Amino acid sequence: MSVARHRLIGRSLERLEDRPLLLGRGRFAADVSFAGQLVMRVVRSTCAHAKLLSIDVSAACALEGVHAVWTAADTRGIPPIDIRLTRIPGLEVYRQSVLASKEVRYVGEPVAVVFAEDAYLAEDAADLITVEVEDLPVVLAAEAEPREFLPGLSTEATCLRKGYGDIEAAFAAAHAIVRVDLAIGRHSAVPIETRGAIARYDAPRDMLELYGAAKVPHWNRDQIARMLGRDPASVQLYQGHVGGGFGVRGELYPEDVLVCAAALRLRRPVKWIEDRHEHLIAANHSREQHHYVRAAIDGNGRILAIEDEFFHDQGAYMRTHGATVPDLAAAMLGGPYRVPAYRVEAHIRLTNKTPAGTYRAPGRFETTFVRERLLDAIAHRIGIDRLEVRRRNLIARSEMPYARPLDVLGTHVVLDSGDYAGLLDTALERIGWERLNAELAARRAAGEMVGAGVAMFVEKSGLGPFEDVEISVDPQGDVEVVTGAASLGQGIETVIAQICGETLGVDYHAIRVIHGQTARIARGLGAFASRATVMTGEATRLAAEKLRATARQAAAALMQQPLATLDLVDGVIVSTTAAGPTMRLGALAGALMASGPSLGFPEGLCARASFNTDHMTYPYGVHIAVLRVDAETGEVTLERFLLAYDVGRAVNPRLVEGQLAGGFAQGLGGALLEEFCYDERGQPVTVTLADYLMPTAHEVPMLEVVITQDAPSPLNPLGLKGAGEGGANAVGAAIAAAIDDAIGRPGAVTRLPVTPQRLRAILADIALERRAGSLSC
Amino acid sequence: MTNRIALSLTINGRDYPICVEPRRTLADAIREDCGQTGTHVGCEHGVCGACTVIVDGEPVRSCLMFAVQAAGRSIRTVEGLAQGDVLHPLQRAFMTHHGLQCGFCTPGFLMLVVGVLEREPDIEIDALVDILSSNLCRCTGYQNIIKAVRAAAAEMRGATA
Repeated sequence: MSVARHRLIGRSLERLEDRPLLLGRGRFAADVSFAGQLVMRVVRSTCAHAKLLSIDVSAACALEGVHAVWTAADTRGIPPIDIRLTRIPGLEVYRQSVLASKEVRYVGEPVAVVFAEDAYLAEDAADLITVEVEDLPVVLAAEAEPREFLPGLSTEATCLRKGYGDIEAAFAAAHAIVRVDLAIGRHSAVPIETRGAIARYDAPRDMLELYGAAKVPHWNRDQIARMLGRDPASVQLYQGHVGGGFGVRGELYPEDVLVCAAALRLRRPVKWIEDRHEHLIAANHSREQHHYVRAAIDGNGRILAIEDEFFHDQGAYMRTHGATVPDLAAAMLGGPYRVPAYRVEAHIRLTNKTPAGTYRAPGRFETTFVRERLLDAIAHRIGIDRLEVRRRNLIARSEMPYARPLDVLGTHVVLDSGDYAGLLDTALERIGWERLNAELAARRAAGEMVGAGVAMFVEKSGLGPFEDVEISVDPQGDVEVVTGAASLGQGIETVIAQICGETLGVDYHAIRVIHGQTARIARGLGAFASRATVMTGEATRLAAEKLRATARQAAAALMQQPLATLDLVDGVIVSTTAAGPTMRLGALAGALMASGPSLGFPEGLCARASFNTDHMTYPYGVHIAVLRVDAETGEVTLERFLLAYDVGRAVNPRLVEGQLAGGFAQGLGGALLEEFCYDERGQPVTVTLADYLMPTAHEVPMLEVVITQDAPSPLNPLGLKGAGEGGANAVGAAIAAAIDDAIGRPGAVTRLPVTPQRLRAILADIALERRAGSLSC
Repeated sequence: MTNRIALSLTINGRDYPICVEPRRTLADAIREDCGQTGTHVGCEHGVCGACTVIVDGEPVRSCLMFAVQAAGRSIRTVEGLAQGDVLHPLQRAFMTHHGLQCGFCTPGFLMLVVGVLEREPDIEIDALVDILSSNLCRCTGYQNIIKAVRAAAAEMRGATA
């Protein structure tokens, strides 16, 4: 009897995660409470830049139910929060301390914390704290002249330089030089769950526990231990349900360290749940950059060289991401095109705004906008079609793998596989490009402002260097997969269960995936950079292969059957010969508990594997926007949006689509709606969800998604690439191009988001020019 | 602010006698005093809708209502939607159509839609999208939520017909 193993990889199976979430049985940070807990409330700076003169906490301390109030004097021994990624020497002096001591540098900076019996009381007490300051000058634009951060230390933290090829020769020999100045606004992830952290010290075990962890629990564990002078083995982090991450959540922030320090010192559990106002001024911002870019081109519109100088608005301090965002921007600007010579200077500048970190497609949302605007400008200059200019510059499939002499995130940029021109053709065919443009032209002729835009991009995913997985089977037949990766709500449990289930030969419902628990696995790099499916996925496949081999060998010994005749199907060892004996996997696990050592399987039904890689995988995509502009209001309405994306191999296509759709909505927000704004004194004016405008069901159109699997990654046997960020990547670029097309002015959009006010200003300028033109005739 | 008021909240048909300050929001009372943490708090100023519950048949933002205002009224939360282990048609449809990712906003969407569909089972899809636009989701891009809601609306109409 031959029983086929069930295929699970590549199927849009329902998620294992959904049931508890739908039933209201999720366990998010705010749902975690401990008997006797105190609530922490943070007192934040209301000044963008000022010298701290004094803090009066007496009235707060006098309030009944207030247990303690801390200022920087109480946290003196705690070092600043370290840089996790892209640690460039010289950046460490710009790191943030958990409480400000001498100066405050942004509105929202923690200056004191109150610990009280109840959240309402803690807020009352915080209101009684008075902070006396002396205002200092503010820096609010990264491209403004740098000032002093500290005596002798500039607000330009560093300038990253990358490049290759002979730039001077290329520009000297150019048929033409095309320049554009482009800016991207200050956006961030703004997940619907705010941040939260609950610390508890278990004195009998001398164990500090932190709940509300996400993204990178092991790194945070090690840092908290170091900062508080503890052995890492005496600190454990626990991830529950996580209400969206997108880059922002799970990084180590001052509040995480403060609850831990307080739990140790006050010997009571301490809970902190961020409110929305705090979130908008305290959690990482992202994106804001200003690029001055120019391309040297030949007479056919082929790129000879690109030179970019950009200014990255880091906000008030260097946080855990270090130089990651500008580093990615600098390294990924070339996208899918041949760029024979390249030079970039990235000025990382400190300003008096909320500090910045990563946000979905960090450095790529920005530089795809820059690169694709540049390509459109080249097409316009040469007088060729904007698709033709792309075709002439795309890296060909035959050139793969394509090495760019650049480094990013500690790896060399080697585009592993791809058929960029092929995906462009697919996307154009799916949207019916020729017919679409004819229709749009007819509508424009009839007076409507409608247009289409195309943008192409290369993503990156699967950042190494390692991830580990341990799989075990218990006597009930339940399979447990333990990984150092984390969940941010993206469906990692389902995806890992599908890979494990298919490889091992068990139903995916029987698989429990444990993630984000430092107590369960020695090391793990977490969930970021679209890495979890690739890294944990491949480690899972490796471990499941090993476990399958062990199970068959052990069964052969126990069942006294030839190994070659045994298979593992749906959790049962079966004989491939007719009417042979069978044995359930759980029974086998139980038998090995007793007799495993004597049979040569001392660890029972258990296997471990690591996946190591030095290179990232590079998925790629095409975005096509079709939209309508209302000249009166400046409103942009998306009529269609097509997103074609090559994911190498989709473990669960519906979840890949879900990632792309969600990323698209965030990209749409960044392209048209969302922006953190400040007044001239550095006061944030975007402090509620009524000011920071995220897309609603009204603004997000039905997305047309085309997932292709034409270029599986050669770097892992399943061919996996990540799906987390390609939805957001080129939305700003495609929408900008479509607006240009709709209003008939190439290069009109130079700044994101294209808010109604900005679009009205562009239209007013065009009208003014036309009037001036007709007057001079 | 230590003057507390004794009152009873009726959540999913069960009475919870509690003693709270007049300023305590309904959301906090449901979560902290009654232990029903399925209702989530996302913004505390009535924009995101994660805290939506049904009070006397009407979806409301529980962060914009005081607990004392809800005393004696019928409150329904996400915990009361399923019949034992059998999911409500809308919960089932969210699962089928991948209408949730992180799941934080989901209870608010479920209660919003159930509240509307129970009162207006034949509501037009455009009107429904209008109503859905009052809640925020940051993961899904909404289209799968809309698909789920359409499917559940059709099923619920069928069940009552």
